[in-house]
Amino acid sequence: MASRLMALWDWVDARMPSLAEEYRKHLAEYYAPKNFNFWYYFGSLAMLVLAIQIVTGIFLTMHYKPDANLAFGSVEYIMRDVAGGWIIRYIHSTGASAFFIVVYLHMFRGLIYGSYQKPRELIWIFGVLIYLCLMGEAFMGYLLPWGQMSYWGAQVIVNLFGTIPFIGPDLALWIRGDYVVSDATLNRFFAMHVIAIPLALLGLVVVHLLALHDVGSNNPDGIEIKKHKDPRTGHPVDGIPFHPYYTVKDIVGVVAFLAIFCSVLFFAPELGGYFLEYNNFIPADPLKTPPHIAPVWYFTPFYTILRAVPPLFNSQFPGVLAMGLATMILFFLPWLDRGAVKSVRYRGTLYKAWLAAFVVVFLILGYLGTEPTTVWGQFGFDAFFLDTKDIATWAGRLCTVVYFLFFFLMPWYTARDATRPVPDRVTS
Amino acid sequence: MKRLLFAMVLVPVFLIAAVAPALGSEAGYRLDRSQHDPNDLVSLQSGARLFVNYCLNCHGAQFMRYNRLTEIGLSESQIRDNLMFPVEKVGETMKVALGAKDGKDWFGVPPPDLSVIARSRGADWLYTYLRTFYRDPKTSTGWNNAVFPNAAMPHALWTLEGERALEVVQAKDLAGHVATEYRWSQLTSGALERVQYDAAVRDLVNFLVYVGEPAAQSRKRIGVIVLFVLGVLFVFAYALKKAYWKDVH
Repeated sequence: MASRLMALWDWVDARMPSLAEEYRKHLAEYYAPKNFNFWYYFGSLAMLVLAIQIVTGIFLTMHYKPDANLAFGSVEYIMRDVAGGWIIRYIHSTGASAFFIVVYLHMFRGLIYGSYQKPRELIWIFGVLIYLCLMGEAFMGYLLPWGQMSYWGAQVIVNLFGTIPFIGPDLALWIRGDYVVSDATLNRFFAMHVIAIPLALLGLVVVHLLALHDVGSNNPDGIEIKKHKDPRTGHPVDGIPFHPYYTVKDIVGVVAFLAIFCSVLFFAPELGGYFLEYNNFIPADPLKTPPHIAPVWYFTPFYTILRAVPPLFNSQFPGVLAMGLATMILFFLPWLDRGAVKSVRYRGTLYKAWLAAFVVVFLILGYLGTEPTTVWGQFGFDAFFLDTKDIATWAGRLCTVVYFLFFFLMPWYTARDATRPVPDRVTS
Repeated sequence: MKRLLFAMVLVPVFLIAAVAPALGSEAGYRLDRSQHDPNDLVSLQSGARLFVNYCLNCHGAQFMRYNRLTEIGLSESQIRDNLMFPVEKVGETMKVALGAKDGKDWFGVPPPDLSVIARSRGADWLYTYLRTFYRDPKTSTGWNNAVFPNAAMPHALWTLEGERALEVVQAKDLAGHVATEYRWSQLTSGALERVQYDAAVRDLVNFLVYVGEPAAQSRKRIGVIVLFVLGVLFVFAYALKKAYWKDVH
């Protein structure tokens, strides 16, 4: 058996040597730093979740009906009458949230270890593009169950484009394909969710990895391992082949991740209304606006930024602009950071304090976005500058300012930060 | 670094936990906790009987098939003889003849489909809602509800519960805080005692929760097995990693 497989391999290798070459380049002879820690699991986990979403998505597409009259019912049909349908649907719905969790942790890893710095700017840019695609994918996918939150969430988000001066209303109409979110919108969102964006995502993941494997991985010390090569073999002394070392290590991460994933999937698929909103079990009703429309948790930090910015000349456009800027500014991170070191391990207090503040405000922004603006009550006094008395709105404003200051002041505080000397070789 | 990360996660959690309950308490009727038990087949069967007799005239459960009720311990002949009124085949779904337009004409809003009502409203809400109807001459149906004021639905279970009246008063408690007090009184008695009625509603809610996600119980059973297998797999995966990494220093 083994000799036959080897014979087959030789046969393929003789006709397509690039296969073995790619295997060596990306796995067997891709030298990764040996000091990867916990934060380095999330890249491979993001790939795993992407695969899970594609496979479960294929099976959902076999039974789902992209039709305003049938969509809600077809999801319930999948949940009840399709053999194994409920498990596939829950894997997909839990996978959507899991995707954002692993991607946020993956991005945070890049942030703390300076993985976006020279020479990895392109990897970071491809990563941000993946993140933007993921947001589009999640937003369009969320319309498909055709529940109240699907419908009104889509209505709110598409209306954001309508606030853009001059072209806004026409743009929103063009996106919807109708004057309100309707069957036409559902059909085109289905097409985008099932074909267009996944294709873009896959392509971006490929270039993200190609770019990574060209320059090599960063590590928790932020040291270039290629500086110290074994003169005999030509391989980095602090590097180990990705396969088998990191493949077996990532399997441990995969099993641990699946245990958490399955705990949610089998015991709390709604996760208290955060992964599947309760109102989305009410079929979409274009004539009945829900009193409280909240996006799914992964969009809520940006939703709070949108709500925090006061309207100008009766237009919500400044808020939309702020929300757009909050995501677009990520592209500029490699050039905003003027730090002498990459890793947070060797940065000074100034950077650490700003990073801590950023994480704290990001989490608060995320929480506030899930709640109505009245969640923290109102100020008990009147003042000329108070356009709204909702405490949560003002907290959101404060957090929005800190969010942007983290980026805008970065060139200043990273340059004057008192960094510590970086060791020559990786520490374990 | 670890302490910093720990603090970054904990600070907002504490902030939110400290502020949220103080300010986030919502006004309105306090919901009672539904003590339904998805493993109690007798309760589920009793709920099914109540459902088809009292709900399934205006409300449908159009995604639920009759023959699925074999999961709650009923035989197909029991289902056919006792539960199926408007349809002929046991594989059909729980639809009703009342159309959306008639429903809108008669009640103001079409009675919603109840297939996933327990998932949107929650069990506690349903349990409290069905136990807080009261007589109100100001509404067109003569009924009103404490949880869902001016609900279009009349009290479908009134022959069981009897008629009740509700007086809402703003009373001061011992500390001097003004609080809304709900004073219930029984006008006429129904077929069931108070405790029996609560138990009947509990059964009905139990059934609605089951109908909302019929696969829920098997989902949990499968989950236990999956987690066990993953636990075993983790041990082997970890041992494999250790074995490979023993020469990495």
